Amino acid sequence: MKLESTVEVQFSEQELQTIENLKTRYLKPDSVILEVLYLLQEKYGYITREGMKYAADLLGITEEHVLGVVTFYSMFNTQPVGKYHLQVCTNVSCMLKGAYSLLKKIESELNIKKGETTPDGLFTISEVECLGSCGTAPVIQINEDYYEDLNEEKVTQIIKELKNR
Amino acid sequence: MDIKILLKDIPDYHKIEVYRQHGGYETIRKALQKSPDEIIDEVKKSGLRGRGGACFPTGLKWSFMPKDKNIPKFLCINGDESEPGSFKDRQIFEFNPHQLIEGILITAYAIGAQTCYIYIRGEYVKWIRLMQKALDDAYAAGFIGEKMKETFGTEFFTNIYIHRGAGAYICGEESALMNSIEGKRGYPRVKPPFPAQYGLWGYPTTINNVETIANVPAIIENGAEWFANIGEPKHPGTLLFGVSGHVNKPGVYELPTGTLLTDIIYKYAGGVPGNKKIKCIIPGGTSMPPIRGDQIEGLKMDAESLKQVGSAIGTGGIIVMDEDTDLVKVLARITKFYWHESCGQCTPCREGTGWMLKILNRILEGKGTSKDLDLLIDVANNIEGHTICALGDAAAWPVKFMIERFRDEFEAKVNRAIKIDIPNKVHSMRRTQIPLKEIQINRD
Repeated sequence: MKLESTVEVQFSEQELQTIENLKTRYLKPDSVILEVLYLLQEKYGYITREGMKYAADLLGITEEHVLGVVTFYSMFNTQPVGKYHLQVCTNVSCMLKGAYSLLKKIESELNIKKGETTPDGLFTISEVECLGSCGTAPVIQINEDYYEDLNEEKVTQIIKELKNR
Repeated sequence: MDIKILLKDIPDYHKIEVYRQHGGYETIRKALQKSPDEIIDEVKKSGLRGRGGACFPTGLKWSFMPKDKNIPKFLCINGDESEPGSFKDRQIFEFNPHQLIEGILITAYAIGAQTCYIYIRGEYVKWIRLMQKALDDAYAAGFIGEKMKETFGTEFFTNIYIHRGAGAYICGEESALMNSIEGKRGYPRVKPPFPAQYGLWGYPTTINNVETIANVPAIIENGAEWFANIGEPKHPGTLLFGVSGHVNKPGVYELPTGTLLTDIIYKYAGGVPGNKKIKCIIPGGTSMPPIRGDQIEGLKMDAESLKQVGSAIGTGGIIVMDEDTDLVKVLARITKFYWHESCGQCTPCREGTGWMLKILNRILEGKGTSKDLDLLIDVANNIEGHTICALGDAAAWPVKFMIERFRDEFEAKVNRAIKIDIPNKVHSMRRTQIPLKEIQINRD
């Protein structure tokens, strides 16, 4: 786990206001922790130790509490990921529709294995659990977007487009 | 009977103006004229049962909430939707969000909740945005929040917020969901106390599935009797069946409970590609016991009928597997899921899921022995019923029932492996070279 970073963590006034507004929805400020972590991840690419300390100070909770939450949820990255994070669902419905050969295809296209990032920092491949898109399997999630009803040709095309973007 | 309660064939029904043209937000007005108890009674009489997997009677659940008006009470709508094979709630977020909102308002009034949270899985970014748009529109129209007092002329009002998850299957378990909203790790809580006594921040809370609550406006509008007459009497209404796997037309089909499984597969989902035979079916998401292809003839899809064949309706997520499917691979994949998603609180689940996965991988590698099958069932039995939440059972059932119902296939896999030459079956333990008393521990 890469936690050290030299980047100073600081939310803008507007971001702090957003967090303050969210706090009013709950009885205790701890509840907005996931939103704070999402914001950190969006801003800095992944969640650093400094980020966790910042979140802890912001919410008045311990760093250990924040670390516990960060490591519990699969959507938080504690190390840098590529610009495009290819999350390949391989759960049963996708697997029955060829998700593993799709994963292999992506690995060979990008010349990396799952869990790795391309040297140019453009792509990371992850194998993930059910994305709730079983009716349009196989599916991969790239950053926030779902790409459904895939096959090898489509996936090659998508990667090509992302490279040229 | 072609009845649609949740996914209607009306274009743009997700838009507030279209929803209102069809009588939307009029039912909450009517509901507010009744007493909360009348609403709870109506839902009880309708026979509505939870659509999140456990089929618990909804009205009964609501009646557990204390009547005390001076304490905060909460309603959580479970849209975590992470059960493999399940992809129905997102249809409601996308195509009928306002009926869900109206259902939440009616429910909140019935149980006296001043704040409601819709918990949506973090990956559903698109559906969170769609749902947020619907909420914004309903707020602007004065149907949610303090403006409700003005709009409906009553004292009651409630707020609805979306709480975004961050990738954890276990947060679909109701007490883990509450811990997640409280900003903690999503650990399930020991029950009792149940949420209606000790829920969010210790206050009374009710947790209902998205699909369950989306049914509520229709029940209040058309009456309990109308709803009770749809589908099977003991499990009335329609269900959103999500069909995936080896079918020609996978998708979500809204059909009355008690619809024949063969009709769902062949009539609606277009049958199996290549006209292959069906080997195995998971009827309600991977947590439910799989059934054999030869068990499905005449099988109705409702809670009671599935109980009779030794399975359960779950979330109605049907996964179809054709005759060429390798069930050992499927079971290993299912087990990998539960191993990955086990929260780690209870030893039987945390360790047991990993053991089962190791054994299954060993079988896949061709190194399994016939003893491994009994060992798997033994481990599964030691998980089932020995954990805080139902994830343990969910991990144990597929293993137990897949092996029990497809023993021949598993035997074939391990019997080949039996021929591996094992020169010495006794694993001799070596003695340590240094006498015990000479071992010194440095305590500095």
